[in-house]
Amino acid sequence: MKQSASLPRTILAPILLGVLAVALWQLAVVALEIKPFVLPSPVSIATEFSGSVSSVWAASLVTGANALIGLLIGAVVGIIAAIIATVLPITDELSAPLVAAASVIPIVALAPVFYTMFGADKETARQLVAALAVFIPVYLNTLRGLRQARPVHRDLMRAYGASAWQATRAVTLPGAVPFLFIGLRIASSLAVISALIGEYFGGPIGGLGKSITSAAASSNYSLAYAYVLGAIILGLVFYIVTLGLEKLVSPHRASASAP
Amino acid sequence: MSTESSAQNQPIASTGPAAVSVTGVGKVFASRKGADVTALEAVDLTIAPGEFVSLIGPSGCGKSTLLRLIADLDTPTSGSIEVFGKTARQARIDQAYGIAFQQAGLLPWRTVRANIELPLELHKVGKAERGARSSELLSLVGLADFADKYPDQLSGGMQQRVAIARSLAESPGLLLMDEPFGALDEMTRERMQTELVRICAETGAAVVFVTHSIPEAVFLSNRVVVMSPRPGRIRDVIAVDLGRAEGRGEGLREADSFFEAVVAVRESLHGEAAGAPAARGVDQR
Repeated sequence: MKQSASLPRTILAPILLGVLAVALWQLAVVALEIKPFVLPSPVSIATEFSGSVSSVWAASLVTGANALIGLLIGAVVGIIAAIIATVLPITDELSAPLVAAASVIPIVALAPVFYTMFGADKETARQLVAALAVFIPVYLNTLRGLRQARPVHRDLMRAYGASAWQATRAVTLPGAVPFLFIGLRIASSLAVISALIGEYFGGPIGGLGKSITSAAASSNYSLAYAYVLGAIILGLVFYIVTLGLEKLVSPHRASASAP
Repeated sequence: MSTESSAQNQPIASTGPAAVSVTGVGKVFASRKGADVTALEAVDLTIAPGEFVSLIGPSGCGKSTLLRLIADLDTPTSGSIEVFGKTARQARIDQAYGIAFQQAGLLPWRTVRANIELPLELHKVGKAERGARSSELLSLVGLADFADKYPDQLSGGMQQRVAIARSLAESPGLLLMDEPFGALDEMTRERMQTELVRICAETGAAVVFVTHSIPEAVFLSNRVVVMSPRPGRIRDVIAVDLGRAEGRGEGLREADSFFEAVVAVRESLHGEAAGAPAARGVDQR
């Protein structure tokens, strides 16, 4: 009941603000006669977007596929690594400085190196960049979740005389799921961003990143913005699918961000 | 068992092996600075099967520690604890007791029914038997209509009822309860107390009940164990004779015998000088 009451506010308000912002943008471009290479008007971007939907779609597929492969690889490796680090704390101690280092370096900076390693005509470098960017938040959040068992649950498991494996299966693993999804939500956006930025540093053409740069280089600014719009939509799709998956898997648990 | 006061630490009616037998138990927590904290010292207590005993005292008197020692969640530094004639450890492994804490501690990803069945599931009880038992417990705590709800869809009082049903899952002869109603509002609390009295009468389990509230202890118990802090020890054991469970309706809360017992516990808590300022951390409601 509470949710439906706040529905207009949570959905309509941002839409209204968005429409208002776009209208102001259009007004500013027309009234101040802003040149397209500085800022194209929303109408021209929309026209360009609808005119080249098929090429934006194709570019989104290329970048989206790289992001998805990176997301899957990074998430699987991150989850496995977190489980290993929980079972064998020594591995966590050994890898802690490495993970800390990896979490501060901008992963996309490695793209040029990967292009020389794996070949500039392959998508591998971009997928690897995305996987690396995904690994860090998934690993760290899953690890935190696995160590999150509440004292009252630990006491209960001991009172039940549960074995270590029983306690892991009944409490630790399900308890870590909300944290895993926090990691995945961050990672889903990171995967798209990394795969797209990775394209700026080389590799085959066809993806959104390359399309944005080549459209801008040929002074087709509205088209460049149309690709940017495609990138925004792609990022949103990744985020929303992850969020939906989370709601599907765990509809009845307090969000892990709540105390 | 040689001192005068320990004679009172015996159950009123002792028949068969004691539900809990605590002998000369001490617990010292080693702190990092080297200053050890004595949580409990020379505690003797015997609880008969079916008896309801409350542990009451100010914060830091070791009442929760004593409960955790009986549950074998911690081990005593000295002395020994027996539960139904077995060591505390063996009793825990044999599931001789059920336990409930101040936090309901339900697993949020399990339904109410699956939460109640958790201990049965861990001990490999068959699915049909589990279902029958959980249905029975659900109606015992009045939550039959909520079997398929999740904990976040229940109020605090209902969650605590689920936790109590879970603690009863394996029909234990002993219930250990650590301030199970501590987080509930006064009205819910009184209703839960009445229900607990009824449930205990139906199951015949002995109960060790840790609480901050004098009226709660008096209303529920056959005996109230008053503890004092630094170091935690038993100051007094007060027998409360308010009749059997059937007679313990809401009217009892306004009976003279109830008030007399409340006064007796309060005076004991405050030491020799009756009417002294309230002991810290003790709920006077």
